[in-house]
Amino acid sequence: MTAARSSARRGAAALWGAVGILAVVVLWEGYKFLGPAEGVTIGAVEGETGSGVMILPRTHDRAMPHLIDMVTRLFQSTSGGDTPPLIVPVITAALTTLGIAAVGWLIGVAVGALLGALMQRWRLVEWGLLPWIVVSQTVPLIAFAPVMNSIGLQIDRDVMPWPQWLSVAVIASYLAFFPVAVGMLRGLEAPDRIHVDLMRSYAAGYWPTLLRLRLPAAVPHLLPALRLAAANAVLGAVVAEVSIGMRGGIGRMLIQLAGQASSDPAAPWGPTFGSIALGLIAAGSVALVGLGLKNYRRGEAAA
Amino acid sequence: MTTTETPRPAAPAVRASGVGRVFSTASGDVIALGGVELEVAAGEFVSLIGPSGCGKSTLLRLIADLDQASTGELEIFGKPAARARIDQDYGIVFQQAGLLPWRTVGDNIALPLELHKVDKAERRARVAELAELVGLTEFVESYPDQLSGGMQQRVAIARALAARPRLLLMDEPFGALDEMTREYLQSELTRIAAETGAAVVFVTHSIPEAVFLSDRVVVMSPRPGRITDVLTTGFGDVARNEALRESPAYFDRVTAVREALHGAPVERANER
Repeated sequence: MTAARSSARRGAAALWGAVGILAVVVLWEGYKFLGPAEGVTIGAVEGETGSGVMILPRTHDRAMPHLIDMVTRLFQSTSGGDTPPLIVPVITAALTTLGIAAVGWLIGVAVGALLGALMQRWRLVEWGLLPWIVVSQTVPLIAFAPVMNSIGLQIDRDVMPWPQWLSVAVIASYLAFFPVAVGMLRGLEAPDRIHVDLMRSYAAGYWPTLLRLRLPAAVPHLLPALRLAAANAVLGAVVAEVSIGMRGGIGRMLIQLAGQASSDPAAPWGPTFGSIALGLIAAGSVALVGLGLKNYRRGEAAA
Repeated sequence: MTTTETPRPAAPAVRASGVGRVFSTASGDVIALGGVELEVAAGEFVSLIGPSGCGKSTLLRLIADLDQASTGELEIFGKPAARARIDQDYGIVFQQAGLLPWRTVGDNIALPLELHKVDKAERRARVAELAELVGLTEFVESYPDQLSGGMQQRVAIARALAARPRLLLMDEPFGALDEMTREYLQSELTRIAAETGAAVVFVTHSIPEAVFLSDRVVVMSPRPGRITDVLTTGFGDVARNEALRESPAYFDRVTAVREALHGAPVERANER
């Protein structure tokens, strides 16, 4: 691949990204302009509020603020008076959550990688473990989070200091470990039969084979898994903050401002944008890891 | 009391007696290979030829200890196959080069040395030597995906020779290459085998290839896989070059191997 071609491709990618954002803007403002202020409800009974089924949302400014209002709100004071512009607490909260999510990501990657390696090493472990790993992801986070929180509180009281953010990180890791475990398993199994035979012919044992063959060959499977894990960790951290009521993060801020939305409809969009940026930063940082591992992503040479 | 050390008679590179391999399948046992008696002398070039399913690749995998024989005894330089594998007595080349795409050509050749803790300076010297032997000196820093199929296969041969094995096992190494590259690499291989003095066991399904390369051609047949004939080419130390490919002796041996494969005299077009 030539440099010119790859930079052209990057340009095209940026263009498509801009087109995507523009499409969202047009959809939002277009519907707000065309749609009825009170939305469309079918089967409503006259004089009975909340009856019927709403099939199109309301478009008035309380339900759908203008995009420009959401953006300008970011630069107005947080809650009147001398409070700093909204964007400042949004950034602080986002960084707090990013830190927790990063810890959750690290725990998740470590646990996922270990599980993947164990499952590859012993087929019996794969049979026994993989179904449970899949099932684990069907447990709703909202149910699991309070359980983890109370376990954390008990550890804090009886065993060792256990800050609340650590519970959030563990809950985030619960979502993050899954893609890593599956990606690791598939990646370690990726080498061709011929490569495995060659390593055996060199009388290389499990560890040399793992280090020199299986792990490098797993890189193309691991990178997307790590990126998914990063996005999951952010999502898990935000949801966990909300469900166990931890202060200081972006999830809590989102809920708080959403509660005041009827009087300040543009405000909750501040932390919403913050959490979107968070996901992008998290996934982007993993992409940077991928750049360092470029050689491991060379396509298998056609023999 | 004094003991005089008697030099041990040079053990053959391969000695197989009564070697067989049975695969168990859902529909019963399949005899992939049975009653193989074969001896390959040190430095000898032996080809295994036969149709698909004759067990030639299976036999090679048994010699390489990538698979275990169900019956019989197999010795490599007088040791059990597993011991020979651990001692790195053989190097192996498959139909696919099987290079690690994330390693440079030099690092691919050095892989077996790296695994056996050969120090860096020695590794570098050996890689340079081998790259020269297979004519790829200026590609040592290249990656496999920048090389043609024939060049990749030459890297695979260099890698197989890295630990200075006395036996080279080759499983249809030129099977995926075009005819021109193939003939070129055949000449190269005979040169390399002569220079290193290694014995070669070469699996192929090409009669001309087997005859051109070998001292002896082992003819095998399927169901059950077994050795049906062993032919000596009798070229001795004759240079393997274009002149040999055109010589009557060469055509004679090709015909002989073909007849052995078909189990009956083959009518030649010009004798009809």
